[in-house]
Amino acid sequence: MKYIDEYRNKDLAKRILKEIKAISVKNISLMEVCGGHTTAIHKFGIPSLLPDTIKLLSGPGCPVCVSSKRFIDQSIAYSRLKDVIITTYGDLIRVPGSTSSLRQEIGTGADIRIVFSILDALTIAKDNPDKKVVFIGIGFETTAPSSAAGIINAAKEKIENFYLYSSHKIMPPPMKALIDEGVKINGYIAPGHVSTITGSGIYSDISEKYGLSCVISGFEPLDLLQSIYMLVKQIEDGTPKVEIQYSRAVKPQGNRKALAMMDEVFDLRDDWWRGLGILKDSGLTLKDKYSSFDAEKMIQVDVEETADDKGCICGEILKGLKSPKDCKLFDTVCTPTNPVGACMVSHEGACHAHYRYSRNG
Amino acid sequence: MLITDIAEMDNRILLGHGSGGQLSHDLISGLFVKYFDNPILKDQTDSAILKIDKDLLAFTTDSFVVDPVFFPGGNIGTLAVAGTVNDLAVSGATPLYLSSSFIIEEGFGMKELETIVRSMAEEAKRAGVMIVTGDTKVVDKGKCDKIFINTSGIGELLKRHKNISSGKEIKTGDKIIVNGSIGDHGMAILAAREFLNLSSDLKSDCACLNLMIRKAMGASPNIKFMRDATRGGLATVLSELTSDREFGLHIDESSIQINEKVKGMCEILGFDPLYVANEGKIVMVVDKDDAESVLDALRADELGRESTVIGEIVDDHPGKAWINTIIGGNRILDMLAGEQLPRIC
Repeated sequence: MKYIDEYRNKDLAKRILKEIKAISVKNISLMEVCGGHTTAIHKFGIPSLLPDTIKLLSGPGCPVCVSSKRFIDQSIAYSRLKDVIITTYGDLIRVPGSTSSLRQEIGTGADIRIVFSILDALTIAKDNPDKKVVFIGIGFETTAPSSAAGIINAAKEKIENFYLYSSHKIMPPPMKALIDEGVKINGYIAPGHVSTITGSGIYSDISEKYGLSCVISGFEPLDLLQSIYMLVKQIEDGTPKVEIQYSRAVKPQGNRKALAMMDEVFDLRDDWWRGLGILKDSGLTLKDKYSSFDAEKMIQVDVEETADDKGCICGEILKGLKSPKDCKLFDTVCTPTNPVGACMVSHEGACHAHYRYSRNG
Repeated sequence: MLITDIAEMDNRILLGHGSGGQLSHDLISGLFVKYFDNPILKDQTDSAILKIDKDLLAFTTDSFVVDPVFFPGGNIGTLAVAGTVNDLAVSGATPLYLSSSFIIEEGFGMKELETIVRSMAEEAKRAGVMIVTGDTKVVDKGKCDKIFINTSGIGELLKRHKNISSGKEIKTGDKIIVNGSIGDHGMAILAAREFLNLSSDLKSDCACLNLMIRKAMGASPNIKFMRDATRGGLATVLSELTSDREFGLHIDESSIQINEKVKGMCEILGFDPLYVANEGKIVMVVDKDDAESVLDALRADELGRESTVIGEIVDDHPGKAWINTIIGGNRILDMLAGEQLPRIC
């Protein structure tokens, strides 16, 4: 198929790997900060092909994993209201809150529907005028523009029973916070979808101020291998910069239309990230003029007290300080069927990817 | 007056159709007996009386609750017959008799029911099995989702085939065969669900495989294991196959066939086709010396035209299934945890 098989060509993969091996001298660590990259790297068995000099680490790239348990608890609290229909992306429903999950709430009668787009949620709102329809908005710049488009549509169509509960976050702040915390990495495999929206400029600080290499990568194995090659080359040459490998989707200026929609609808706010704490201007909240669509402001709800993550080291894993295998819960009490932490639930989570693809590797 | 034609019945299922009274009788004779047509069912005794000569019986049961009830490539009825026939056939048995129990939601269309029953009859005829006993219950509106069907099946099993279902005789070097492309059923069902708004001409691979399997068994006495790769997909069967065993297995991803449309849909939704359900695909473990003759036999059947060897049994990493990925990397192949859910981004 066009755009799939071409990027999974074994002979080309072999050639890139040969080139990587030929230039890689220093021991380096590269971090991906996108759940899609984490999954692809493990699904295609990329670590098994790389020379020992290159270590791949998973960073805070899975939106479900970096969100707080309090966020899940509040979503659950909304779902327990009799006049509320929850609409959400599928990944979220199995994430454990303090005492329940949205999946468990479906079992007790909550009306929770998986949608593929906020526009589906708007249709549900129009079809159910006597209910409050809450869309749980999660994700980085990849999904934030579609939430913005949904809110703009809802305002235009005067849909008064539609609300967004935003956990949207933006990407550059955690990448800088990790370096500030002293996490030892040599370069970032920068997120492809996020960059399609933002463009490449958001990473310039990382190469200029922090001296770290950044390559924006696509999601197919050849994309990732080529990005790794470009990073190794930059690091070996001592020329850190931002490069775009995923040029078939990412333009330096990004998607101006999407950025304008985000700007129209959202303000920046300080937000909490698992493992990193509160980061300045790292989350998105609805602007005051759209506050009638803001679930947090418009729907009163009692949220249960947030329980601690007992023994879970998701935070350190998200910082690349530890690997899932270092966690004493991993593959013992914490498995995809019975997840303790968010990193094991989400298909894009580092623990899930390690469990599924390289547990015994 | 006994109603014997569906045209004279109500056009919707009523609670009375499951009451055991006149309406039930009309439904049984006008629909089920008419289509499932065989002497054992016609007797309408409390139990079907069966004659089986062989000393081993294979017995299985399965319930079908698919949504939507009608999908490209089949319906809940074809699935209910094929599913149970295949469970018997992959055990090495010759499927003979099925039972069929219906739980129907009040208000379900009589025409739709007739279509389902007709498909079941056609599928049973094709597979050479008889539906010899059954039951019908009608529940209040909202108490079930349109229609649920349970089928049980009995097949006769030769003594020399009794280890096929457990795979006891599997040994290092045996070849692993799959009879064609994977993921068609799961993706056809998903595409048929209205909320997805995806249009595709994907068809379920739902089919009775017993005749194809018989050909393969005729070609080799050394088929060590068979299982249909239904829910959980190919990866789950392969992972189960090695679980707690003293051997491992190796699969070559590039030899696994995936329909381009299935591949595309999986990419959009973030699904792994290895975990997507099939209803017409089996995993077969065969002695390496017989692999070619089994492949020839499978390929001679319409349902096995694209059969290939996808891997082999190995003695390293016992208990684990490993896959050599499309770009040459290696990783473990694990069971599916929960359900596959669409990704966020």
